[in-house]
Amino acid sequence: MTAFLDIHLRRNNRALLAWLVLGGLLVYFLYIHPRGASIGVLSAWANQGTALAFLAVGQTIVVLSRGVDLSIGPIMALTNCLASHLVNGGPLELAFGIAVVVLAGAVCGAINGIVVVFGKIQPIIATLATGAIYSGFALIVRPIPGGSIDEMLSELTTGDLAGILPSSIVMLLVLVCLFWLPVSKASLGRSIVAVGSSEQAAYMSGLKVDRAKIAAYTLSGIFASFSGLFIGFQTLSGDPSIGLPYTLNSIAAVVIGGTALTGGAGSILGSIAGALILRTIGSLIFFTGLPPLAQPLFEGTVLLVAVAFGATRLLRINNRLEVFR
Amino acid sequence: MTEGNSFLALTDVTKTYGGVNALKSVCFEAKRGSIHAILGENGAGKSTLMKVLAGVTQPDSGAIRLQGDNVTFTNPADAAAKGIVCIFQELSIIPDLSVAENICLTQPPKTAFGLIDRKAQDRLATAVLKRMGCGEDIDTRSRCADLPLSKRQIVEIAKAIVRKPDVLILDEATSALTASDVGPVMELLRRMRDGGACILFISHRMHEIEALADTCSVFRNGEHVSTFASGAKTHDEIVQLMIGKPISQVYPDKPAEVPVAPPYLDIHDLRWGDQLKGVSLSLRPGEIVGLGGLDGQGQQEVLLAIAGVLRGTSGTMRVNGRPAVHRGPKGGKGSDMRIALIPEDRKTQGLFLSLSVRDNLTVSMLDRLSRYAVVDRLGEKALVDRMIDLLKIKADNADVAVGTLSGGNQQKVVLAKWLATDPKLLLLMDPTRGIDVGTKQEIYRLLRRLAGDGLAILFHSTDYDELIGLCDRALIMYDGRVASTLSGPSLNEHNILSSALNLSHDNSGRGTAAPSAALAEGLA
Repeated sequence: MTAFLDIHLRRNNRALLAWLVLGGLLVYFLYIHPRGASIGVLSAWANQGTALAFLAVGQTIVVLSRGVDLSIGPIMALTNCLASHLVNGGPLELAFGIAVVVLAGAVCGAINGIVVVFGKIQPIIATLATGAIYSGFALIVRPIPGGSIDEMLSELTTGDLAGILPSSIVMLLVLVCLFWLPVSKASLGRSIVAVGSSEQAAYMSGLKVDRAKIAAYTLSGIFASFSGLFIGFQTLSGDPSIGLPYTLNSIAAVVIGGTALTGGAGSILGSIAGALILRTIGSLIFFTGLPPLAQPLFEGTVLLVAVAFGATRLLRINNRLEVFR
Repeated sequence: MTEGNSFLALTDVTKTYGGVNALKSVCFEAKRGSIHAILGENGAGKSTLMKVLAGVTQPDSGAIRLQGDNVTFTNPADAAAKGIVCIFQELSIIPDLSVAENICLTQPPKTAFGLIDRKAQDRLATAVLKRMGCGEDIDTRSRCADLPLSKRQIVEIAKAIVRKPDVLILDEATSALTASDVGPVMELLRRMRDGGACILFISHRMHEIEALADTCSVFRNGEHVSTFASGAKTHDEIVQLMIGKPISQVYPDKPAEVPVAPPYLDIHDLRWGDQLKGVSLSLRPGEIVGLGGLDGQGQQEVLLAIAGVLRGTSGTMRVNGRPAVHRGPKGGKGSDMRIALIPEDRKTQGLFLSLSVRDNLTVSMLDRLSRYAVVDRLGEKALVDRMIDLLKIKADNADVAVGTLSGGNQQKVVLAKWLATDPKLLLLMDPTRGIDVGTKQEIYRLLRRLAGDGLAILFHSTDYDELIGLCDRALIMYDGRVASTLSGPSLNEHNILSSALNLSHDNSGRGTAAPSAALAEGLA
């Protein structure tokens, strides 16, 4: 058992570190918050970070396959705008609306995967281009911010559960358990990680490399649509420009959470912690009275430290040529 | 092989890589319940044969029959579905997955819900390792990247065994194993043979082939030369089959005697990881010394270590009589060392393919060509003209992208770029690989001329002809050590191959082959 724990900790030590940092920041945040620690404050804090956390989850899946998804913010904006048209009315209409929004996210993601795999284009360029296209669609769907989203759903997802847990976090974890956990435990998830770890070896082992990549981008699109929906529940409207800052922040969250941008190794839970850390820093700056303009400075510092941790591997390399691989 | 009931049969299989025939109309048969050894020099076509069978590459023409049916494989998954599994030299291990995950990668055990059953997977992996009789000390949950090479090779073998192949191909699969693990793996292969498997065994280790194989096939220059029952031919006869044709006269005359001078490079007991196990050599100005042996015996690492690319080496190295400090290729070209390394892969390490011939020629010289950090255009032009003239580089002008030149001319640019730095020690890593005979000849003559002018040249080659034709002396490496030093009449293909295979020198009367301590150790 200790051997298992040892291996498990060694593999996930950076994700664990991210959660410890998050815990420390959260305790400090609740300590200095004028209203003190209460479920209301906790829920508001969680709501701040959930949209980014959804994106971080999607981004992690793509990064695990050694890709990157620069269209994740635009997909979020597009699905948010779709939701502001569709997620209204009776229970059946709501269910239909949510289904269409999630499907739209999945389609956008699948298109990314297909472009990357069959177009043989580097992910960074492919998703930059498709992202611009999705942003365009978002503007067509809703040229200026507006629309409406069901209020009951909003209260349900942004409030708390029985006065104990923020419902946004619970929803996040439930959706991760529904959409990623089964995949990660199946051959598909292992193929995604294998492709990211060594595409050549994955091919030589007879894995379905193309399918794994497309699946990774599709999952990313699905989680981006969850993010778009959640933003809708928070703001009760759709906004075509909402996704802009989220793309790079999602990558930052992935790195802070301990996932290597070189693929193959990482942690979804770590990325969630990374997203919440970034958002908590923003809130802390607000409440400690530091100038809000200093927020990027702190976020950048945290990111740099996280990357420096990831680079310690290079110190152990004995053949200088391998540093460049 | 005359029964006609062969399990696996290749007919007229041809494979060409950019003008080079890797396989020429190969016909080959193998039976069930047999361990079939495949022998040949570097580049004889063994690896291509294996890749064709495993579905990694597709033959240009020819047919593969399995149990009498024609089969075609477009990828490794196809071949595996037909029961053909390959054990590569550590190519198919996923570094970030655990041992159990790797072993069960292609067909993981599933639970009722279709998810991977981790417990069953661990049990299966443990059982396979146990059945192999080695590697029981490997924790199936540890990450493969954290394992030493020898253990990763065991995982690679286990990964193939678990698929219960009808045809199992091993490409140098035992060379990375520790001595104590080789026995159990060989025992396992015998049990699989008795169970009816067809095993193709590619190895350079003659004693393993003798202990295991019932049939041997020799390949040479992409052709299947001969097949015979194991033990039907002596070592000498096998080596003769592997060598084949005489050396053509493309090499410049060697000087009768290299002028006596203190060594420019002197290395003693160089060690690095498990790849270099105590290499000593010295090199005088005016001398061309070859570094040969089978692939991956440490030849590349010796050159990289001298150039300062490797970190954590031990041993002493003296350049021009002074102890040398490693500072990488940047420090090596400094006035105190004057070392130039022509790297192995010219397309990625040697050249900037999209930049012009001019930019490539001067890139290592920019600091010396610059005044106040501005590149002196006139000086640059003079240098470029001089180098193009010296090496007879065929390019329309110095502004064309180097990637548009032929392979031979590209290699000349790499050479010229480093010769421009005016080195005293030139390290070459297989500089003639993939270039035409005419350019090869030019390069040989140039190297001999430079040596005549006092340059010390250390030359790694996978081509035995080159070692014999060009070098004053050849050091043959085996397993991270210099197995023997050959010169004069003893520098012949037979001795090179015997040293490379680490066989005893039963014919030392012919020359002055000097088996090193390492060889003596191996015989003891």
